[in-house]
Amino acid sequence: MSVSHEDDDGRVIPITAAPSYEQADPDPLAELLAFLRRRLDGDYEVDEFGYDPELTDKIFLELVRPLYNHWFRVETVELHNVPEEGGALVVANHSGTLPLDALMLQVAMHDDVHRPLRLLGADLVYQLPLLSHLARKTGHTLACREDADRLLRKGELVGVFPEGFKGVGKPFSERYKLQRFGRGGFVASAIRAGVPILPTAIVGAEEIFPKIGDVKSLARLLGLPYVPITPFFPLLGPLGLVPLPSKWMIEFGEPIRTDHYEPEAADDPMVVFNVTDHVREVIQQMLNELRLRRGHAFPPFL
Amino acid sequence: MTHTVLVTGVSRHIGARVSNMLAADPDIDRVIGVDTVPPPSLTRDGGVSLGRTEFVRVDLRSPDIAQVIAAADIDTVVHMSLVSAPSRGGGRAAMKEHNIIGTMQLLGACQRSATVRRVVVRSTTAVYGSSPRDPAVFTEDLEPHDGPSHGYAKDACEVEGYVRGFARRRPDVTVSLLRFANFMGPGVDSPLTRYFTQPVLPTVLGFDPRLQFVHEDDAVEVLRRMATEDHPGTYNVAGAGVLLLSQCVRRAGRLSMPLFSPAFEALGNAARRLGLVEYSPEQLKLMCYGRAVETSRLEAELGWKPKFSTGAAFEDFLRSRGLHPLGGVPS
Repeated sequence: MSVSHEDDDGRVIPITAAPSYEQADPDPLAELLAFLRRRLDGDYEVDEFGYDPELTDKIFLELVRPLYNHWFRVETVELHNVPEEGGALVVANHSGTLPLDALMLQVAMHDDVHRPLRLLGADLVYQLPLLSHLARKTGHTLACREDADRLLRKGELVGVFPEGFKGVGKPFSERYKLQRFGRGGFVASAIRAGVPILPTAIVGAEEIFPKIGDVKSLARLLGLPYVPITPFFPLLGPLGLVPLPSKWMIEFGEPIRTDHYEPEAADDPMVVFNVTDHVREVIQQMLNELRLRRGHAFPPFL
Repeated sequence: MTHTVLVTGVSRHIGARVSNMLAADPDIDRVIGVDTVPPPSLTRDGGVSLGRTEFVRVDLRSPDIAQVIAAADIDTVVHMSLVSAPSRGGGRAAMKEHNIIGTMQLLGACQRSATVRRVVVRSTTAVYGSSPRDPAVFTEDLEPHDGPSHGYAKDACEVEGYVRGFARRRPDVTVSLLRFANFMGPGVDSPLTRYFTQPVLPTVLGFDPRLQFVHEDDAVEVLRRMATEDHPGTYNVAGAGVLLLSQCVRRAGRLSMPLFSPAFEALGNAARRLGLVEYSPEQLKLMCYGRAVETSRLEAELGWKPKFSTGAAFEDFLRSRGLHPLGGVPS
């Protein structure tokens, strides 16, 4: 691969450019040692949410990228709809029993748009050991009004899955049917910040763990929203946790502007509900079309 | 106009530095420092000079404080006498009494006083608690989901309640309530600074909390400004930015020992019983979920920013204790 120069100003970024961490460096070994030393000495910065960009770019995304490129063969379309700078709220469908779609969306934004994606997650994530600090270090935070407003004010690209557990944990028979969009808090946040809403459709995540049953009593016992049964889990044990290699596509729709509303409109339930419904309909339509465009979930077999 | 300032808690580091600073101010005629114990000796215990502060030994829990306030025509009260950890002898009950009854007595005396114009109270960002269900960054107006239910943080919540009550009853008095992040700096001796000087640091497995510090110099400067100018309201005080606990451990060149949270709690309780550390249950939550606060209100009000960021404050503390990263060279 040819040596590429990083361009932070975001003026000329070819779509095929190497990810931003691959700087021109004469000696990769020296670079690696410097990196290890910085990590060992704690000599790096995290933001107030606990986001550690260096760890995310150099370790975490590197680990997830093979899944993105080779396992799910994720294809992104209509990238030009993602703003190159400034705050925006990415609203996507949520599916797949385990939220791998969140990881893939993050890789897509990093590799193809060169912007970190700051997701808003359920409070369950932040109660669990390991997952909570991993989520914070990779740039995500709790889905609450204050954090959403703060990130959007800072001009970040914020992502949200308004279906929440209803979406990610829905049975296979309801695949590609959007669930209820919560209380529309995400719309209120976008209106308050005056940032566009970017409707996003993710096709492919529905097939990775086809959920055909739910052990409700065990879920209650463990305090989890569901304990899934798939054709391979728990039948094959840990092997059943390997996601099926479905073909994925991610489409970014035309941004829905909110800056023509007064910020006070965020407190008007009618406005919020109308915009929420509109966003939901747009994403459902995008999903239907993108699913046809993708074709079989497991080419060339099915 | 003559100024007479009363500072409580002068036998402790920050209190002593504040009263020293105020005593050096030519606009202030008298500084009266009170505490339950005499200040540490300058030569032997590394105490801070109080300057021309007049020290009065008063138990805040007794009504004696009212006599001090009445006798000296005090116009400004700086209340710093909040104890963050139970003392070796006294235990939690004495600490609570000191914090809460002490504040009630002091505010009661202020309410009666015709001369008091300004009251500055030191509180802590611990009043926000630490919870996975709260926003990442606390602003002053935010109501936490799980308010603190133990120890120092609960005392501070109750103290704040009394301070707000006082502010309602005496609207003519300027009341400033300061919520400080953990103090950090060469002279600070707190449970947290003692924690970082241990060779091996117990942490909670699977959690890496965000921590925020305020440098002692900045804390003293904020208190000086609040004591000499009118800035009514509640303000968070912290250095810019956050450090993760793992980052602090690495920068200090220490090793961490991750423990499951029940084991961490058991270790904390055992160490407390042995008198090794001051451990209270809210510390477990801080060690899991961390806490960060927004300081823009303070910065807008004072037109001033803390000189030390959280990272710089920690750096200064490490330098003073001769700690450096494992791979680093001692500076």
